[in-house]
Amino acid sequence: MDLAEDMYKEELLEHYREPQNYGEIKDTDVKYKDFNPVCGDEIEIYADIKKGVIENVKFTGKGCAISQAAASILTEHIKSKKIEDVKKMSNEEVLELLPIKVSNLRIKCGLLALKAIQKGLLIYERKKHE
Amino acid sequence: MIDARKDFPILSRKVHGKKLVYLDNAATAQKPKQVIEAIKNYYENYNSNVHRAVHQLSAEATDAYDEAHEKTANFINAEEEEVIFTKNTTESINIIANHFARTLRKNDEIVLTQMEHHSNIVPWLNTAKITGAKIKYAEINKDGELDLEQIKKLITNKTKIVALAHVSNVLGTINPVKEIAKVAHDKGALVLIDGAQSVPHMPVDVKELDCDFLAFSAHKMLGPTGIGVLYGKKELLENIEPFNFGGDMIKEVTFENASWNDLPWKFEAGTPNMAGAVGLSAAIDYLKKIGMEKIREHELELTKYAIKKLSSIEGVEIYGPKQRVGVISFNLKNVHPHDVSSILDSEGVAVRGGHHCAMPLMKLLGIQGSVRASFYFYNTKEEIDVFVKALAKVKKIMGA
Ligand SMILES: Cc1ncc(COP(=O)(O)O)c(C=O)c1O
Repeated sequence: MDLAEDMYKEELLEHYREPQNYGEIKDTDVKYKDFNPVCGDEIEIYADIKKGVIENVKFTGKGCAISQAAASILTEHIKSKKIEDVKKMSNEEVLELLPIKVSNLRIKCGLLALKAIQKGLLIYERKKHE
Repeated sequence: MIDARKDFPILSRKVHGKKLVYLDNAATAQKPKQVIEAIKNYYENYNSNVHRAVHQLSAEATDAYDEAHEKTANFINAEEEEVIFTKNTTESINIIANHFARTLRKNDEIVLTQMEHHSNIVPWLNTAKITGAKIKYAEINKDGELDLEQIKKLITNKTKIVALAHVSNVLGTINPVKEIAKVAHDKGALVLIDGAQSVPHMPVDVKELDCDFLAFSAHKMLGPTGIGVLYGKKELLENIEPFNFGGDMIKEVTFENASWNDLPWKFEAGTPNMAGAVGLSAAIDYLKKIGMEKIREHELELTKYAIKKLSSIEGVEIYGPKQRVGVISFNLKNVHPHDVSSILDSEGVAVRGGHHCAMPLMKLLGIQGSVRASFYFYNTKEEIDVFVKALAKVKKIMGA
């Protein structure tokens, strides 16, 4: 199959064009914005936490198809998951969730949403301990 | 047509099974076999340290190293002692910004432009932070050109240094540096020109421009990485303190004191990049053989052709002025520059997508980034056709 068509499968592009969980949550527990300085991709993650579980999660952002589709797919995946489990998620696990094989050069795009939610959760927990 | 492709081994390689179409020349240029051979020959036959020993190898290496200064000086119409070898454009600018970090005062002003590469902004931010001097930016209009009238007002008696790109690496704009230098000199300010994108692509004559400093990189003009040039007027360089200290840059050393070597060695501390200098020499020989006028002409023709083709694609927005070098930044409506670049790559076409080390300029243009195609004399119209055809594929895949 064609390399580009492999990278931009319809399933990925659907998430890009009509992302799941797109939007803000006001007054929420987790709110964190992260960037890829090289590409200029941006993802801001919002999440409501109840008893250690992610009750609701949304994101806003701009950037390439891979970064935005990955955020859509990841937020679907982590809804109703324990924050302990989300904190432990590895890069490989997230890349597995994507409908495409991400080339080396684009891995950072694919992982931006994970980075944002994990950093956001760390800050949430630190604040809770204070 | 310039028939040079056979000299560039890399241009015949394949990428993802497709013929390579290399349109990322503003980032770095490819190397002809004459340059690669010269470096190989240096290591195989006369590698040794320069300016130190009296043995034969050192004599040959020293001759070659000195000759590289001479050739570089000739290339930009400077004197030999006015040419300092550095690591790259960035380091060349840092040497001068560092000088100003030691000499400017609180009410002094630095004038830059809104289209500078990070390497001609960040060193000056540091200079301003250390000295309390103020940075003012010359504005660009909607076509990405400077406004000479505004610059005339911006440069005042408080201005001590005006630092600007000769050619923009994003917009391809050619700035009227000669006129700006005159305005600056009338107010008693010095002028540094970032020649990273001009020296490789057009004749540049420091006497004609009357600039005080000029910075450029060998790797963008067929030479190797790791060697760059700082030109400075002799009487100015004489009065500037060195940036790096150590061996080779000294005349006499005691435990308490040291005196500096003559120009340009005063600025070249430690064992220099000798193989790099040999490569740069070979690159200059190559460029001169073709002729800088001819290179400029060919690239102009390619650029016109590419702009015409690109303009006919629906959804393409091109940034920058009509008069430009072979640098074209554009966006395809509703497609992120990285997605454009990835899909072009799958067709063997190498372009750059992103902010091109000019984040303030991107912000000004109201975009996150752009796709940039940049040409050199070895590019052809056929390659532009492949590039344009690949853009149609981007549109098809992304549904744009
Ligand atoms: C206009 C301009 N200035 C400076 C630089 C920096 O050059 P280097 O990375 O070789 O120091 C570049 C290279 O991208 C450039 O295009």
